[in-house]
Formats: sequence, C-alpha cells, structure tokens
Amino acid sequence: MADFGGDTDAFRADARAWLAANFPASLKGKAAIAYIEEATPDRADVKAWTKAMGDKGWGVPTWPRQYGGGGLTPAEARVLSQEMSRIGAWNPVGGMGTMMFGPTLLEYGNEAQKQTHIRAIARQEVRWCQGFSEPGAGSDLASLQTKAEDKGDHFLVNGSKIWTSGAQWSDMCFCLVRTDSTKKHEGISFLLIDMHDPGVEVRPIKLIAGASPFCETFFTDVKVPKENLVGPLNGGWSIAKRLLQHERGGIGGGNGGGGGLFGVGGSPSALAKRYMGADENGRIADADLRARVSAHEMDMRAFQLTIMRAMAEAKSNQGPGAATSIMKNAGTKAGQDRAELIVEIMGTRGLGWEGEEFTPDELAAVRGWLGGKATTIFGGSFEIQSNIISKRILGLPDPLGSSSH
Amino acid sequence: MAVLTEEQSMLRDAARTWTQEKSPVSAFRKMRDSAAPLGYDPAAFAEMAEMGWTGVIIPEEYGGSDFGYLSLGLVLEETGRTLTASPLLSTALAAASALVLGGTQAQKEAWLPKIASGELVATLAIEEGAHHAPEKTALAATKTGSGYTLSGTKTFVLEGMAAGLLVVSARTSGKAGDTDGITLFLVPADAKGVSRKQLKLADSRGAAIVGFENVALGAEAVLGEAGKGWPLLEKVLDRARAGLAAEMLGSALQAFDTTLDYLKTRVQFGQVIGAFQALQHRAAKMFTDLELARSCVEAALAAIDNDSPDVPELVSLAKAKVGDTLHLVSNEMVQMHGGIGMTDAHDAGFYLKRARAAEAAYGNQAYHRDRYARLNGY
Repeated sequence: MADFGGDTDAFRADARAWLAANFPASLKGKAAIAYIEEATPDRADVKAWTKAMGDKGWGVPTWPRQYGGGGLTPAEARVLSQEMSRIGAWNPVGGMGTMMFGPTLLEYGNEAQKQTHIRAIARQEVRWCQGFSEPGAGSDLASLQTKAEDKGDHFLVNGSKIWTSGAQWSDMCFCLVRTDSTKKHEGISFLLIDMHDPGVEVRPIKLIAGASPFCETFFTDVKVPKENLVGPLNGGWSIAKRLLQHERGGIGGGNGGGGGLFGVGGSPSALAKRYMGADENGRIADADLRARVSAHEMDMRAFQLTIMRAMAEAKSNQGPGAATSIMKNAGTKAGQDRAELIVEIMGTRGLGWEGEEFTPDELAAVRGWLGGKATTIFGGSFEIQSNIISKRILGLPDPLGSSSH
Repeated sequence: MAVLTEEQSMLRDAARTWTQEKSPVSAFRKMRDSAAPLGYDPAAFAEMAEMGWTGVIIPEEYGGSDFGYLSLGLVLEETGRTLTASPLLSTALAAASALVLGGTQAQKEAWLPKIASGELVATLAIEEGAHHAPEKTALAATKTGSGYTLSGTKTFVLEGMAAGLLVVSARTSGKAGDTDGITLFLVPADAKGVSRKQLKLADSRGAAIVGFENVALGAEAVLGEAGKGWPLLEKVLDRARAGLAAEMLGSALQAFDTTLDYLKTRVQFGQVIGAFQALQHRAAKMFTDLELARSCVEAALAAIDNDSPDVPELVSLAKAKVGDTLHLVSNEMVQMHGGIGMTDAHDAGFYLKRARAAEAAYGNQAYHRDRYARLNGY
C-alpha cells in the first residue's frame, strides 16, 4: 500500500559508498555506547563518526541543508536507514534536540534562531533538555509558575522545573515560563535558557529503577537575552502543544513503543521456552501464558502496522497530527505489557537487582520493567492522552472547560 | 484508511451510497421481522449483483472484474456498517475463492460465471462441531468405483438454506484431527441424499444444518487434489476470514459512531453524558482499538492481493483483533445506551447479536490467537 515513489537507486549507491568510507568498523553494532554514556563518549572512533555524520547532516537526514541538516527526502532517509542497519551502523546524533526541539524550532523559530541552534543540534554539539513540568504543574501543565520578568534588554527567570530529563549533562533548556500571571494558557512564553548560567542549579532525582534520568532544576535570577524568546510573547502554549506532539510521536512511534526505549530485549516466546520449557510439539508448555504471549505479540504487530499505515497515509511531510495521541497510548501500553510478561516469564530470575548471580539480560529486564512505568506518565499521561482523543478527535465536551490541554 | 486506487474509491463510494440509501439497518429489521427463511432479502442481493459486487474477486474470463480482495473488503466494510444481510461473503468471496484457487477449467466454467452474476449462491460447508476446527473434519467420503459417497453432517453452514452449491470438506483417509486425508468436494445442493434444516440464529442471518446421506459423486466433484485438500482449505478459509474481518470492522465502526452520537445527545445531570470522563476514556479506548484493527484488516487483505507469504498470520491477527474490538464495542453500545439499548426497538441489540455470530464464524479470537502462536513457532 505504501507508495513513497521516486528513484532511490542512485542515492542508495551513494549512501553505501559514503558509509563504507566513514563508518568506523570498531563501532559496528555498538549503538548502545551512545545511549549508555550520558555525554558523547570519550572515544576517538565515536568522535570521528559523530563529526562525519554532523558534517554530512545525516544525523538529521530530512532537516533542511541550509541549517545543517541532510536535506534528504523521506524516501532517501529510509534508504539511508536501511543501508545503516545493513552494516550495523547507527546514528550518533540524538536526544531531545533532534526528537522534539529541532522540528519545533524549524517551524516556529526566526531565521537567526534557526541558524544558531539547528546546526549545533545537527552536529551534536549542544545538548538540550526540556523545562516543562513543575512540582505544581504536572498533567495540568498550563498552571506552571516559573516566572520570566521583562527587564528591558533581558528576561529575569525565577522558579523551578521537575522531571527535566538529562538536565545534569545539558547545555541548553527549552523552557515554558510565565510572562503574564493574569491569564493561564495565554500567559505562557517559550524561552531558551543557558544551563551553564550560575543561577541554574540541577539536582538529579533517583527513580525506582535505580538510575537518575530526571532532575529538579532551579532558576534563581537567571538573565536570558531577549533573542532567546521563540515565537510571540505569551504565545508559547501553541508551540508547546506542537512540541508535545513530536514528543508523543517519538515515544509511541519511532522507538518501537516504549519497550524499546527501556531496552527490554529478547522475545517473550523464546524466553518462555527457555525459562519454562516447551511441550512435545515445541510450543510454550503453559497454555495460559502462550495465549497471553500471543495476544501481546498481536498488539505489537497491530501497533507496527498502524505506524506503517499512518506513514503511507500522511505521504510524508505533514508532521505529526492528532493521531499521535493514539500512538502514544497504544505504543507505551504494548511496551509495558512486554516488560511485565518478560519479568513474569523469568520468575525469580526476573527479580534480580544487581550482582553476578544474575545475567546482564535478567538485570536489564528488571530495570527496564521499572523504568518503563514512566512512559505512561511523561509526555502527557495515558489519561491526558485519553482526554485529548475525546476532545480533539471524538468531539466530546471538555469536562475541565478551558483549563485542560 | 488504506491508500486507494481511483477504482477502489469509486467502488467504496458506490457501496456507501447504496447501503445508506437502500439498505440501512431498518431494512435489516424489516427482514428480521418478516422471518425471511433465507436470512436475507433476495431482491436486495440481486441489486448488489447488478452492481458487480458478486464478481469482484472473479477473473474477467469468468464474468468478474478481478478487482481483488481489498476492493471486496471495502464493500463488505460498508455492508457491515448497516448490517446488510446477504450471501455476498459466503458466495462471492469464500466459495468463489475455493473455485478460483482450486478449480479445474471445467469447474470454473461451470460455476464461476453463475456466482459472478448472482444467479447462484455457493457456500462453504466445513463445520461439524460447536467450535471452528477444520482439521477435525470427520464427514466420510468413501471411494466407490470412479467416484465417492459422502455421509455425515455439516453444521453452521452460512447461507445454507439459499445455497445451490456447497463446497464440502470431507475425509477420504486418516482420522479427525489429521490434516492429511481431507478432500474438498463440490456438491450441488439438490444432489440426491442432501437434506437441510434451517438454523435459527440470534443474528437472524441465513444458516443451516446440512445432512449428507450416501450422496454419490463423480470424480469431477473433487476440488483440488484428493486427500490433499488441507492447504487449499486453509487458503480459502484465510480469504473468508479476511473478508469477514472487513465486514466486522464496518459493524464495529458503526456501532461506535451510533454510540458516540448518543453520548453527544443524551442529557443527564444537566449535561450530555459524553461530558463524563468515565465514558470519555472508554470511548477513547474504543477509538484506539478501531484504528489498530483497521490496520490489521487492511494489511491482511493487501497481503492476499499481493500473494504474500505472511497471509496466514496477518489474517489470524486481523480476525482476532477485529473480533476483540467488535466484542468490546458491541457490549459498550448496549451499556452506554442504558435502558434503551436493551429494547428490541433499538439497533444496539442487532449489533451485539451479529458480533457474536461473526466472531464465531471461521474461528473466534481464542482460535486465532492460538493459530498465530503456532504460525510463529510457539
């Protein structure tokens, strides 16, 4: 059904040749390096590969070439991705800059902002974090209170953010701030803040999976230049909504549905046979578990088919729409179900916290199961997504009046 | 919605217009109230045939248009929306597939043009127990000289009272449960020894128990290869399942739309009940499931058209996912309508009854979950 058109054979040959010349053999299949390390790992091969991809713009293949992107068509980008996986190559450019902020800035930023920030993201030179949630503003995000006062040539920012992913190793923060306290949604602006400012303090928060992927971030008299305001003053809410669509699309779609985000590897069916045994026909011995594994695999397949259908229907370049809200719930639910199944299948071997008594896969399954619980909370919780579907797609009344998303 | 060709869009639009104008749910109600013995209105079916819907998967040389399964699925989705009762699925998809896939030139020439024109209704006679289990075929086909003699009973034969031709699964060797030894036969419903009795089902659609008492058949009645009918039967069933899944998707979509309309109009506590979050989140869940089910149904139909090797698993996926979704939506349709949804005067009951009959046909969700696991090696 998918017809992306265009002759990509010539591009495939070019991409194959360039990858052969530039991808270091020492990094083959080692994508995990980029995601385990918080900052770009201090390895010559990783640095060379990151620079090569940054120069070429292929870390963000479909972004415009004039701002440092690859300028490829969606069809060419898919070919590039196929050619990369064929040889075990991986994209060293990632993070919130590429997933969420970049696409949003390309849409809403002015020329100077795009020239400054997009190229740096494309080259993986500046790391971005997201300053949205606050202690008193979670699902009700628009009630945020972090204040930005107009001081003539700059804004003075005071307040605190929470759940700022990766704040401890970020250079910049795209932040929602209150610039008018007499209005709710219409008093919010979208501001870019330098995380190296002395008025910024970051405290990592330890989560149930043991790691600290999120932080509390405090702003005390932080001076932010006027040119760091994106879009109009008090016009930040619609930019934030657009950015959240990119975030949800990324969480539900591009990463294999939540489960992939947290690295629970191995298929439940293979694990079930290994941990629980097979019957004389080679099938999972426990019929109840077999039916649940099958139901789950069907959910995953249905989700993947829906991603493909949405891509074919969008015929590229329209950006994520309201349907991304469906994808987030379906994808994160399937990812969590998978993690739960795997831990159940491993039995007491799926309860290990640390130590050499457990295999790395067993330990990763436990951490992934716990870490994955965040997927139905962040980026707009499962319940907020249901609100959005009800209101925007089904046209049901908003029970919260104007105070919800 | 799949990316459609211009012909497919026109076919779908025609089906939508006809079902909405000529065959709304009120037409189904009228048929039900009249206790029509065939379980459908022959005049309406004649109109469907007139529009070419009975020939969509049949090659042009046998009087069809050869538009493919996705195209016929688009029509079935629309007929499913209004619960249009007709033998379209049984004859123009299931039985026609059996002949297209397994028929000799002579068999195709004898039967396909009549199916394409709508003058003949054909159907599959494959079930023997309360649950779909095609490999458990026990109906005996005994070799007699140059032909065979059939003895046994088939049940849940869809459109069995209307059928002029039965595609019957029978056992020529082995025992029930073996996939080897199954043979498909083309049996005219007026053959000596064939008897039938109407099965009055909750969904008011056509169904019958068909008895075979020493039915003598020549060798030319064998469809495909004697004793090796299983792979052909599976291919035919997969096409029937995918077509039924498309019809079920349409029923689920309409059940949801009707319910959503009610949520927006029914007032309690001074507001429309659709303003209550307890109902909104259930509606959002149904909408999400419908989107996922559509992806599966369209992928299965497209895979058949492309003769893709993953047809069996995509079909089981589609039948199970749309089955779960229709099950949920039909239950919620009654619940969210409250008391009015319990009355015979309301359409909700029709969707609920049709849902369960369609779920059971050609394998319910449990059957297809198990099959999906088997196909994937667990």
